[in-house]
Amino acid sequence: MKFGLMVNEGPYTHQASDTAYQFAAAALEKGHRIHRVFFYHDGVNNATRLTEPPQDDRHIVNRWSKLAEQHGIDLVVCVAAALRRGIKDEILAKGFRISGLGQLVESGIQADRLVVFGD
Amino acid sequence: MNEATADIDLQEETSGTVKKFMFVNRKAPYGTVYALEALEVVLISAAFDQDVSMVFIDDGVYELIRGQSTKAIDMKNFSPAYRALEGYDIEKLYVDDESLKARGLSTESLLVPVEVLNAAQMAELMDQQDVVISF
Repeated sequence: MKFGLMVNEGPYTHQASDTAYQFAAAALEKGHRIHRVFFYHDGVNNATRLTEPPQDDRHIVNRWSKLAEQHGIDLVVCVAAALRRGIKDEILAKGFRISGLGQLVESGIQADRLVVFGD
Repeated sequence: MNEATADIDLQEETSGTVKKFMFVNRKAPYGTVYALEALEVVLISAAFDQDVSMVFIDDGVYELIRGQSTKAIDMKNFSPAYRALEGYDIEKLYVDDESLKARGLSTESLLVPVEVLNAAQMAELMDQQDVVISF
């Protein structure tokens, strides 16, 4: 099955990004495809390479970058939500790109299931 | 980044496919950003010629309250945008009956015409959707 994911909360404060990642990893393991992860609301904060968690904690941002590289997943950050929160091209982590909300709607159209993670 | 141009390209790629999109609004309008950013998604979805409906449930019913005034909290009053939805062919607005009643509201308190559904009808409507995005 082809999945699109939507992540609506920032890293570390909220479990949404962790759960989305674990869902993605589990789905890929089972042979499904994740064609896109769309980051919206405070979820755009998952995309900044300035993130530096303590060494004994998981690195949520790098984990997404690595998964995207291994499986060809499109990591899209909403431009309007990103600019509102100071997330710009120059601080994006590897594998992320900034684009419009149309990418979310398109994901809903093209994926077999769109799964939303957030409050 | 030009959002408008990028979206026009996408519309061409997805043309022909019409899915049932439902946007579920569950939060009060100004305490968090969810309601405002939900509205932004809904307006973009209109450009893709999809079968769009909006649901207002729990504190989400407050998004549609008539006569909102936000001066004192220094935030933009975006409620007039709900009136503009009709112009984007987004005319299917549903409100949860229990959520209205629990807050002492009726459709007279709302700024747009809506259809009021009970929980069972709401569940049935959700079951018919292809894509449900909740805010």
